[in-house]
Amino acid sequence: MNVAEISNPRELSSLELRGVIDTLYADYQGCLNEERFEDWPGFFTEDCLYKIVPRENFERGLPLATWLCESRGYLLDRVTAIRKTAVYAPRAIRRLYSGIRLLGWKSNTIEVRADYAAFETLLDEMTRVFNVGVYHDRIVFADGRPKFKEKICVFDSVLVPNSLIFPL
Amino acid sequence: MASVISGGAARGKLVSNERIWPAAGETRLPYWVYSDPGLYALEQARIFCGPTWNYVALEAEIPKPGDFKRTFIGDKSVVVVRDGAGGINVLENRCAHRGAQFCQRHLGNAQEFICPYHQWTYRLDGTLQAVPFRRGVKGQGGMPKDFALDQHGLRALKVARRNGVVFASFADAVEPFEDYLGKEILALFDRVFDGRGLTVLGYSRQLTPANWKLVIENIKDPYHASLLHVFLLSFGLNRADQPNRLVIDPSGRHAAGMTWRGEQKRTADNVEMRSLIEDLKLADPSMLEPVKEYAQYTIVLMTIWPNLVMQQQSNTLAMRQVIPKGPNAFELAWTFFGYETDDEAMTRRRLRQANLMGPAGFVSIDDGEVMGFVQQGASQAPGAAGVLEMDGSGWSEETPHAVTEGEIRAMYRHYRKVMGL
Repeated sequence: MNVAEISNPRELSSLELRGVIDTLYADYQGCLNEERFEDWPGFFTEDCLYKIVPRENFERGLPLATWLCESRGYLLDRVTAIRKTAVYAPRAIRRLYSGIRLLGWKSNTIEVRADYAAFETLLDEMTRVFNVGVYHDRIVFADGRPKFKEKICVFDSVLVPNSLIFPL
Repeated sequence: MASVISGGAARGKLVSNERIWPAAGETRLPYWVYSDPGLYALEQARIFCGPTWNYVALEAEIPKPGDFKRTFIGDKSVVVVRDGAGGINVLENRCAHRGAQFCQRHLGNAQEFICPYHQWTYRLDGTLQAVPFRRGVKGQGGMPKDFALDQHGLRALKVARRNGVVFASFADAVEPFEDYLGKEILALFDRVFDGRGLTVLGYSRQLTPANWKLVIENIKDPYHASLLHVFLLSFGLNRADQPNRLVIDPSGRHAAGMTWRGEQKRTADNVEMRSLIEDLKLADPSMLEPVKEYAQYTIVLMTIWPNLVMQQQSNTLAMRQVIPKGPNAFELAWTFFGYETDDEAMTRRRLRQANLMGPAGFVSIDDGEVMGFVQQGASQAPGAAGVLEMDGSGWSEETPHAVTEGEIRAMYRHYRKVMGL
């Protein structure tokens, strides 16, 4: 779907803004659920920060992330790993989001929280809950489109079921 | 993407359905070692509760009096706690009264441990301090007069501390930690733990569907890195055609592999490494900009029997603690750390390079996945055996290359002795 460019996001009504952000999340997860990984970095700004962090590190202020991407280049390198270098059993990961909270504007950035759940299906196995957590996001508008400047996935489940290969 | 291994005729010959080790010795690895529940129970008794030193914590995780960490030795939950006198105690997480695991948090601070069930209260050294209703209520009930508090403390383990690292043992008769490691391994341990203060950067935990020994074997098998890890070998981070040195302690149970960095190009020596992708370049090379930190070696990976992999991979430092969860799974608990003397740039480097490791590691994803493949295959044929003939049938305490399975053979020689197999 081609959404019209948004030239003045701060003039959107809260309902319109909610619609724009919800569309962003639907498109983002749709891209990943359909394994269009090459398109995934396009949802981020060039200087983005993307992290997947266990809640125990996040709450204690420990800086280690399970995934750390400090630019769009890092995201591209993760795509290269998924497509070319990593060795792994075939799997499907399906992500859902819920409960988008718009926390408000800070200059030209809108802060958003949303809960997410990801399910994993491996060969010969039942689908299982894979990773559950909260997106801590900062979104900016670039060329009239919303992009993630920061996306931190803070997950509850302490143990990762073996491998975290695809983005959340 | 390279996905599941296809084809191939890796049909193992049926050796035995009994627990009898193949006559060929350590060049054959019977698959029942990965799935036999009786053997797993025996491992708990003889190895994890036997005369071994098990890694439990970094002192930096519990810097203040009363700070505690809940962790595991084998199947058993233990609590590592710093007492008021600066001592570190390791206590079994099991109330002496009814057996409840009284500690239910990974980390915290406590003045004393109180079991929530009947509030038996213990000092930080595990001695029993108080039992409610000891004299009864209104003259009724109460413990017998001869009930002695000092006979009912928590089980306290033997503790060894060296340069900020804490090990514990269920066996009173365990040899001193320094003797347990041996001279060579101890020197490599001290290379990273040189007495500088440590800072904890964070944790990663993964549950891998494979027997716990497979992760130890994975580290003791330096030859897989040149074949499995496309990422590592394409960037010249660790390859068999680079300089390598392996050391095994005299008992065979511990080992260390050392590597220096090489260049990324195809040569006569690496043509068999078909996974090497020559034109692989990082879109953002800042992830891999290591600086030299130690006088010798760029990578040192050590296994300290039975539950620790010590990792110094360029600028990432991590303890990988192996926690068995039944014969068919283990938890790998990663604690990433740095030094108190690190500047901001060094900390950033450590955090960036940590992308290679852990459950989402560019490199270690491969390991977790193939260990699962081995567990699946080995479990379907417990009477068959794996083949360990790379570099012959024995091992040396010193090997100047990585094309060997000698470290695994040495480990199983020790294992057979301890397990009576």
